[in-house]
Amino acid sequence: MERPEAEPLSASGSCQAGEAEAEAGSGPAAEEPGGRAAGTMMEDCLSKKIEITVSEAEKRTGRNAMNMQEIYTAYLIETRAVESQTEGQCSPPDSLWRRYSEFELLRNYLLVNYPHIVVPPLPEKRAEFVWHKLSADNMDPDFVERRRIGLENFLIRVASHPIICQDKIFYSFLTQEGGWKEMVNETGFQLKAESRLKALNATFRVKNPDKRFTELKHYSDELQSVISHLLRVRARVADRLYGVYKVHGNYGRVFSEWSAIEKEMGDGLQSAGHHMDVYAASIDDILEEEEHYADQLKEYLFYAEALRAVCRKHELIQYDLEMAAQDLASKKQQCEELATGTLRTFSLKGMTSKLFGQESPEQREGKIKVLEEQIHDGEEQLKSKNVEGREFVKSAWADIERFKEQKNHDLKEALINYAVMQISMCKKGIQVWTNAKECFSKM
Amino acid sequence: MINQYKFEDEPELKDLFITVDDPESHITAIETFITYRVVTKTSRGEFDSSEYEVRRRYQDFVWLKSRLEEAHPTLIIPPLPEKFIMKGMVERFSDEFIETRRKALHKFLNRIAEHPTLTFNEDFKIFLTAQAWELSSHKKQGPGLFSRMGQTVRAVASSVIGGGVKDRPDMFTDINDYMETFNQKINLIDKISQRIYKEERGYYCEMKEYGPIHTLWCASEEDLVDSLKGVASCIDKCCKATENRMAGLSENLLPALHEYVLYGEILTGVLKRRDQIQADLDSKVDALSNKKTEKDLLTEEIGNLEDKVECANNALKADWDRWKQNMQHDMKTAFLNVAENNIHYYEQCLATWESFLTSQTVDLHLGEDSEDKP
Repeated sequence: MERPEAEPLSASGSCQAGEAEAEAGSGPAAEEPGGRAAGTMMEDCLSKKIEITVSEAEKRTGRNAMNMQEIYTAYLIETRAVESQTEGQCSPPDSLWRRYSEFELLRNYLLVNYPHIVVPPLPEKRAEFVWHKLSADNMDPDFVERRRIGLENFLIRVASHPIICQDKIFYSFLTQEGGWKEMVNETGFQLKAESRLKALNATFRVKNPDKRFTELKHYSDELQSVISHLLRVRARVADRLYGVYKVHGNYGRVFSEWSAIEKEMGDGLQSAGHHMDVYAASIDDILEEEEHYADQLKEYLFYAEALRAVCRKHELIQYDLEMAAQDLASKKQQCEELATGTLRTFSLKGMTSKLFGQESPEQREGKIKVLEEQIHDGEEQLKSKNVEGREFVKSAWADIERFKEQKNHDLKEALINYAVMQISMCKKGIQVWTNAKECFSKM
Repeated sequence: MINQYKFEDEPELKDLFITVDDPESHITAIETFITYRVVTKTSRGEFDSSEYEVRRRYQDFVWLKSRLEEAHPTLIIPPLPEKFIMKGMVERFSDEFIETRRKALHKFLNRIAEHPTLTFNEDFKIFLTAQAWELSSHKKQGPGLFSRMGQTVRAVASSVIGGGVKDRPDMFTDINDYMETFNQKINLIDKISQRIYKEERGYYCEMKEYGPIHTLWCASEEDLVDSLKGVASCIDKCCKATENRMAGLSENLLPALHEYVLYGEILTGVLKRRDQIQADLDSKVDALSNKKTEKDLLTEEIGNLEDKVECANNALKADWDRWKQNMQHDMKTAFLNVAENNIHYYEQCLATWESFLTSQTVDLHLGEDSEDKP
C-alpha cells in the first residue's frame, strides 16, 4: 500500500513562509477541490526538495534513564536530495537512526510551538484493535514493520506541511544525529507546555468560544468515536474471516488421507484437497494488506486528537482574553467607585474603610492613580490579546481547512483501496473454487 | 439375487414418488410428539390407489427400519436421523431440529424407494399406505423389534468372543477395512464442515454490524457520503451473499455428510450380521465333523445354511457395490455444490465491489474535469 510520498496536498493557505499566517483562509484557495493541487503551491515545502524514507528497523539494547538494560527498536531515516534523483545520479542518502521516543519528543515540540497547526499524529504507541492472530507485542516483526511505515508517513506529512516543514528542529531531526535531544530541550518548549494543563479547565469557563471551534470539537469527538467503533468491528470481522479460511485447510489433510482408500475418487479428492490448502493459506496475505487499511484509518483516529488540541488552544486563548477583559472591567469599576465615592459592589476595602474610617483624599488619589496605570496597561494587554486571538483563529482555521481537504482525499482513497482489496480477494476466491470444482467433477 | 441395477437408469424407471413434509405437533395427556405428512404417488399395480397421504411419527419410521433389517439382514438399510441431538444448541423440538429431521426422513424413504429390493418390501408398502389404526394393528403382529435385537446381540457377542469369523471371504474383510478408514474420514469431514458453518455464521454476524457503521459515519462527513454509503451497501450485499452460502451448506453438504456418518454404523452392523450367518454355518459344519449320529439331518441343515450364506454374501456384495456408487455420486454432488456456492458467493461480492469502484473512479474523473475548466 502506497503511503503519500511527497504528494502535493491541496493547501488552502499559500506555501510562502511567514505570509501563511496572515493570508490564511483566503477565498480562492479554500474553494479548491480535493485532490492534487498544482505543484507550484508547494514549491517551498521540504518534501519537494528532499526524499525522506524510514527504510529499516533494528533491535538495540541500551540503558534507560534508571540505568537498567532495555531493548528497543531503532529506525533508520534516510534523506536524499530530490534533484540528484531526477538528474539520474543516485547519490547515497544521508542517514541516521532514531527511536520512537525521539519521534515523540519531536512531535511534542511541534505541538507546543505550532498550536494553531493540526500536527500529524504518530503511529500508535501500543498495538490496539488487535484480533487474535495479530500480536500485541511491540517487538513483533509485523508490528515493527507497520510502525516503520507509519513513522515514514509521519515525517512525510510534516515535510509536506507548508509551515512546519520549515522548522529548524525538524530539519535537525532528519539530519543531525548527535546532540539533537539536547538542542530540543534547550528550546525550553517543555516550560511552555505546562500551560497546556490549564487547558483542561478552560472548556468549562469559556463564555464565547468561536462557534466553528465548538463544532470542530464535536466533529473530532464523533470522528474518534466512529473510527474506533469501525476498527473494533473490523478486527472482529477479520478474526472470523480468518477462521473460515483456515478451517478449510483441514479438508486438505483429510481428503488426502481419504483418497488413499478410493480408486475412482482418489485423484479428484487429492487435488481438491490441495486447492483447499491454497485457499486456507491465501488469507494471511489478504489480512496483512487489510492491516495497512486499518492503519490509514487509525491515522485519522489520532488526527482527531490533534484537532482537539487546536480547539483547546483556542479555548485557552479565549479564556485568557475573557479573564483579562473581566479583570479590566473590575478595575475600571473600582476606579470609578473611588472617584465618585460610591460603593456599588461589595469590596473588602470598602467595608474596612467604612468600619475603620474613610481614607484621606491623598490616599484616595494615590489609589486612583495606581488603578489608572493598571487600567492603561490592561487596555494595552487586552488589545494585544484580542489581536492574538483573532490571528490564532485565522491561522488555525486556515490549517483546519487544509486538513479537511487532506482528510477527504485520504479517506476517499482509503475506501477505494479497501474496495480494491476486496476485489482481489474475490478474484482469488473464484480462482481457487473453480479449480476445486474442476477436481470435484473428476471424483 | 445379483442385481445389475444401474443407478443412471433410475430417472426413467421411477414409478414411486414420496415426500415427507408438514410437521405437526400433537399433545396428549401422556406425551407431545410430532407427526409428518407422507405423500406417495405411484403408478405401480401393487398399489390399490395412485396417491396416498398418511401421517407418521418418528417411532413409525423406527419400526419400518427394524422390519427391513429383519427381512434383509445383509442389505444396507438407509440411516434414520438420530433420536436426540447432543449438541446442546438445538432443542428437542426447535424448528431447526424438526426441519433437519424432516429432510432426513424424506431422504430415508426415498432411498428405500430407489433400492431395487427394498422398494418392493411389504412393510414399506403398508407404511406408505395404511391409515394410523391399520398401521398400529399391523405393527402388533410379527416378530418386531425383539428378535432383531436378539440377532444383533448374538452378532456382537460372536464378534467379541470369536474374534473374526474363520474363512471370512477377503472381499468382506476388505470392506470392513475400508469402512474403518472411511468412517474415520467422513466423521472428520463432517466435523470440519460443521465448524466451517459456525465460522461463516460468526462472520455473517460481524458483517451485519460492520456495514451500518459506515452509514453512521456519513452523518458527520458531508464530502464522503457517497463513498461511505457505497461501502456500507457493498458490505450489506456481501453479508446477504454469505447468508446464501451458509444456506447452501446447511441444505446440501451437511445433511449429506451426516447421512454417511450414520451409514458407518449401519455397515458395521451389516457386516456383523453376515459374519453371524456364516458363523451359524461354520458351527454346524463343526458339529457334523464331531457327531456320529444325525448326520443326514445335519447335512441337510448345512445345505440350507450354505444357501443362506451364499444368498447373504451375494446380496451384500451387490448392495455394497450399489452403496459405493451412490456414495461416490452423493459426495461428488455435495462437494460440487459447495464449490459452486462459493464461486457464486465470490462472484456476487466481486460484482458489488466492482460497481462501487467504478462509481468512485467516475466521480474522480468528473472532479478532475472541473479543475481544468477556466
